[in-house]
Amino acid sequence: MKRYDLIVIGAGPAGLSASIEAAKRGLAVAVFDENAKPGGQLFKQIHKFFGAKEHKAKIRGFRIGEDLLAQAAETGVEVVLNAVVIGLFPEKEITVKIGSDVRHFKADTIIIATGASENMVPFEGWTLPGVIGAGAAQTMMNLHGVLPGKRVLMLGSGNVGLVVSYQLLQAGCEVVAVCDMAPRVGGYGVHAAKIARCGVPFYMEHTIVKAEGSVQVTGVTIGRVGADRQVIPGTEKHLAVDTICLAVGLSPMSQLADMAYCAMEDNPRKAGYVPVVDEFGETSVPGIFAAGDVSGIEEASSAMIEGRIAGVAAAYRLGFIDKTALNAQVQELKPALSSLRQGMFAPESRGKTITKTEEGCAISENLLRVGFIAEDEISRYPGVTKQKGVHPVIECTQNIPCNPCQDACPKKCIRIGSQITALPVVDESETCIDCGMCVASCSGQAIFLVNEDFAEDYATVTLPYEFLPLPPEGDKGFALGRDGQKVCTAEVVQVRSAPAFDKTHLLTIKVPRDMAMKARFYKAEV
Amino acid sequence: MRIEEHPILGAPQRGRLITFTYNGKPMEGYEGEPIASALRAAGVMVHRYSKKENKPRGIFCAIGRCTDCVMIVDGKPNIRTCVTPLTEGMNVETQYGISGKRKEGSA
Repeated sequence: MKRYDLIVIGAGPAGLSASIEAAKRGLAVAVFDENAKPGGQLFKQIHKFFGAKEHKAKIRGFRIGEDLLAQAAETGVEVVLNAVVIGLFPEKEITVKIGSDVRHFKADTIIIATGASENMVPFEGWTLPGVIGAGAAQTMMNLHGVLPGKRVLMLGSGNVGLVVSYQLLQAGCEVVAVCDMAPRVGGYGVHAAKIARCGVPFYMEHTIVKAEGSVQVTGVTIGRVGADRQVIPGTEKHLAVDTICLAVGLSPMSQLADMAYCAMEDNPRKAGYVPVVDEFGETSVPGIFAAGDVSGIEEASSAMIEGRIAGVAAAYRLGFIDKTALNAQVQELKPALSSLRQGMFAPESRGKTITKTEEGCAISENLLRVGFIAEDEISRYPGVTKQKGVHPVIECTQNIPCNPCQDACPKKCIRIGSQITALPVVDESETCIDCGMCVASCSGQAIFLVNEDFAEDYATVTLPYEFLPLPPEGDKGFALGRDGQKVCTAEVVQVRSAPAFDKTHLLTIKVPRDMAMKARFYKAEV
Repeated sequence: MRIEEHPILGAPQRGRLITFTYNGKPMEGYEGEPIASALRAAGVMVHRYSKKENKPRGIFCAIGRCTDCVMIVDGKPNIRTCVTPLTEGMNVETQYGISGKRKEGSA
């Protein structure tokens, strides 16, 4: 039986981060993962991450994955793949199924970083081929380059449902609708807005009545739900789709912690049955830690920090670092973690209805009901100003932990301050130089450069664009509003692409001046 | 159904084009991709029929967890096609219950 100082179960963001920190401090570390490739779900995350610099904000998930793998290799972490950990015992011994063998390994510390599994919801026809998990859609299109279908209904308006809907559009699918039983969009408003302006309708307070088809999905019936969460007869609606994607939440995969007799709790704020952990991620069994989604569903950004803290704590436990070093290093990581846990979407806010931002601005009701901000709501936010010449218009209206726009502006036109959940403020005393860095750096794609003085009667709007084909300069088509409806004809006057923009192209369109605050997307004439 | 050029990921990296057998017919796919990807690209949706009620099943989780996509591969049943890499000449068959034989009187 081979021994290690630390065994990490799961090579996702939490597990890899933990391994790297521990290996850096001299521990012999092995990571076991059931998949053929390490990285967990990071390699399917093709969007730019939220947060601040220390959370790797504005870097796309798969690049963070590449970086973690390189660091793991550099620090000498042993990554064992196709290895399913099927047993964890309080003595810190694991049994692992590798091929058709079951093998034993032992360590002095264990970090459980098994992540989460997708929740499912049954309805008539839900077993038909064509009904898939949102994770399956991501896996098929982003890892294997195959479309899951052509016309997709997304069930679930949380961040997974919204982000995967956007990725489906990027891959070339049509997202026929996003549907959710809840009355309000569950994920970030900016994620909803970026699919709404592509024309994806939101059906809130709706659920699936049935998947249609005898051998595979040929359509779906949805219906409005009443207060009793039952479909109201007569509200049924048929949509022609070939794929139904389920994004109805995640549950911690905490079975191994339970098996090792770690104290467990059923905690709705952590989205399920989780091991009870202390500030270092240590469970009730000394030397066994848990980090990432397995100890409470959050984002990959927080999983990476939890992993790092657990890795440092494991090093302390085995005497590789002293208490002073532990405290110093953990004190450095903790503020980064707590800053991610603030704002409207913090674990503490789960289930609460928030009507005002921390600044006192009323939350856009329209955004929560149909996925986009209404015209009469937009001017109330501090990122939306009316100025002469080109200036940023920041349609960021909820307190989410994210601040790359502040660092992106070389002229300091954009201010968020030290609290990263604050709404960005446009400082009118500074002059925008039209560099576009803020547009490309906004992970929520909520920043536009507006110039109402472009020409007599004409304005320009510069918007982020991550689709193919990229329209050429001179292309003529239509500007779409925040609701995805055509508002006017538009001409592409400039297309900017740069390595620093990281595949977010900046499209500048010319529109009639009175459309400057309406045009938010471009559609080529077909 | 294959993505040729992705706005963020570029052109997908693929293995060499190979031939395998699906229910006795030759079919093409890329070496090393999951069997399920090759089938999806070729328009195959049904991987198996359930044992008790003979209901069609296909890809569901695509990460080897749910076992809905299992098929008979080179004579072995219950192979998770979403995590099993495709190889040249592989013999992939629809699974009925746990066997390769269609039940008497079934659709």
